[in-house]
Amino acid sequence: MEKQLEYNKIQKSAKLHRTLRNIVTYALLTFWALVVLFPFYWMLLTSVKSYSSYNAEYIPSFFTLSPTLQNYKDAFTSVPLGKYLGNTVIFAVVTTAVMVVVITLSAFAFARLKFRGRSLVFTLFLSLMMIPNELVVITNFVTITNMDLRNTFTGLILPSVTSVFYIYLLKENFEQVPDELYRAAKVDGTSDLKYLCKVLIPICRPTLITIIILKIIECWNSYVWPRLITDDPNYYLVSNGIQEIRENGFGRENIPAMMAAVVVISVPLIVLFLIFRKKIMAGVARGGTKG
Amino acid sequence: MEKKNLKAWLYLLPALLFLGAFMVYPLIDVFIYSFEEGYNFASQTYSGVGIYNYSYVLHDPYFLQAVKNTFLLVIITVPLSTGLALLISVGLSSIKPLKELYQTIYFLPYVTNTLAVGLVFMVLFKKTPYTDGLVNLFLSWFGAGPVDFIDGPYWAKMFVLCFYTIWIVLPFKILILTSALASVKEDYYKAAKVDGTSRLRIFTKITLPMISPMIFYLVITGFIGAFKAYSDSVALFGTDLNAAGMNTIVGYVYDMLYGDSGGYPSYASAAAIILFAIVLTITCINLLVSRKHVHYE
Repeated sequence: MEKQLEYNKIQKSAKLHRTLRNIVTYALLTFWALVVLFPFYWMLLTSVKSYSSYNAEYIPSFFTLSPTLQNYKDAFTSVPLGKYLGNTVIFAVVTTAVMVVVITLSAFAFARLKFRGRSLVFTLFLSLMMIPNELVVITNFVTITNMDLRNTFTGLILPSVTSVFYIYLLKENFEQVPDELYRAAKVDGTSDLKYLCKVLIPICRPTLITIIILKIIECWNSYVWPRLITDDPNYYLVSNGIQEIRENGFGRENIPAMMAAVVVISVPLIVLFLIFRKKIMAGVARGGTKG
Repeated sequence: MEKKNLKAWLYLLPALLFLGAFMVYPLIDVFIYSFEEGYNFASQTYSGVGIYNYSYVLHDPYFLQAVKNTFLLVIITVPLSTGLALLISVGLSSIKPLKELYQTIYFLPYVTNTLAVGLVFMVLFKKTPYTDGLVNLFLSWFGAGPVDFIDGPYWAKMFVLCFYTIWIVLPFKILILTSALASVKEDYYKAAKVDGTSRLRIFTKITLPMISPMIFYLVITGFIGAFKAYSDSVALFGTDLNAAGMNTIVGYVYDMLYGDSGGYPSYASAAAIILFAIVLTITCINLLVSRKHVHYE
């Protein structure tokens, strides 16, 4: 009897411990979730406050009873936000499209074609991964300037259409496709290019989609190169656009309109993320870094 | 065979051209630039060869300020963000309900535009004549005085920069650590439980050694990433970072290259190579340290 009581007591205290631990864990996790979400909430909230009511708040209020869409109208009419968005879409789509062609061709060569010096060239490619962008950007800036390609899409796009890392990723994926398929295609007289398009690419589509999404995110957020290469607002991408808006757009005090622009810039990527959440997270875990 | 060779090279041609023109050639060229003294951008001529560019950069007060800022940023954010990510990941892996929701939320900063969201942080921290800003409101609840975090004292600006950097880099670290934690075999934990091992001991003797390679990977990439910090600082303090006193080494390189103070690719090259040397040294030290402390299976 006594032993039973003892056992119950131990069990009870263990249960209490577990509950307590759970509460602490959830409290901690929720706290950080709030820290992450709060800036998003604040930009949404501020973007629907009217200019006058925002500036009248000496102590910022946490909600608004009279939301307005005027700021969004301002964001598209008094600064060329639509132009920036369009430029970024063109930049992202063209860069990604060209890159996919370039990396698919080389990944195929490395994975399936046999040629002299293959492993040597591949090792050289891999060693290029270690080169930091900051070292090469200086000469690239001079090159593009000398080619008179500043303030053109060509100049923006050219340096970022290859990625050694993605070649590596795709090559690994291509190599997982059984050799038999390739030989069978050869027996049937299929050309290499046709085999690549009709067999390899469809099989490896998931990896390609991951690469495409990651590249689009990278393009959407790129700042340094576009800033160096463009000083004509007609060619600004969103990152430079938002910086321009901040420094001489609406006038420094029109924070609500600025926040509306920030919302417009952030929403496309967040939507893309929510749709492809699993793919993006798996892709980043395999080899993305924030940079 | 010859024909086949040719075909393979044809497939590789686009990548070879682009990599050659925009990676290999610039890599060689940047060293050449860094030794050309008195380089004139307009006429593309130089007056001599030597190490003057390096000595100029190393004596430039703006560069020294940038080095100081960058080192502070690295020393503060790398340990803090790695530790915080570890804490959050351990918490995440011990819960079941709502886990996916939390994971999704934590990942959001990764897919945001650094420049755009930086503006939100600026608004939150900035003190203007019209309002003290939200963070100062929080501070006043605890009786702390209003501080201008964007144009105010150095420590306040540094605090915002570190805070924003940690906010930005955490998603990647949490993602890597949660998957590392999930890959630790359940058997080890079961065995420890049978032995009645305490939770703290389980954590330090099983979990930490098992995920140490991943922690180490994060520390290395964290160091490299933090040394290259730039756009977070621009997002918070605007493009004229030298005036704000918040420039970073990478920022110094770009300012030398282009902008109001630009037009000096030689100085920029020298600074970039100094940065590269620093990063390489730190990475080597990290590798040496890890040999002793990282547990590989």
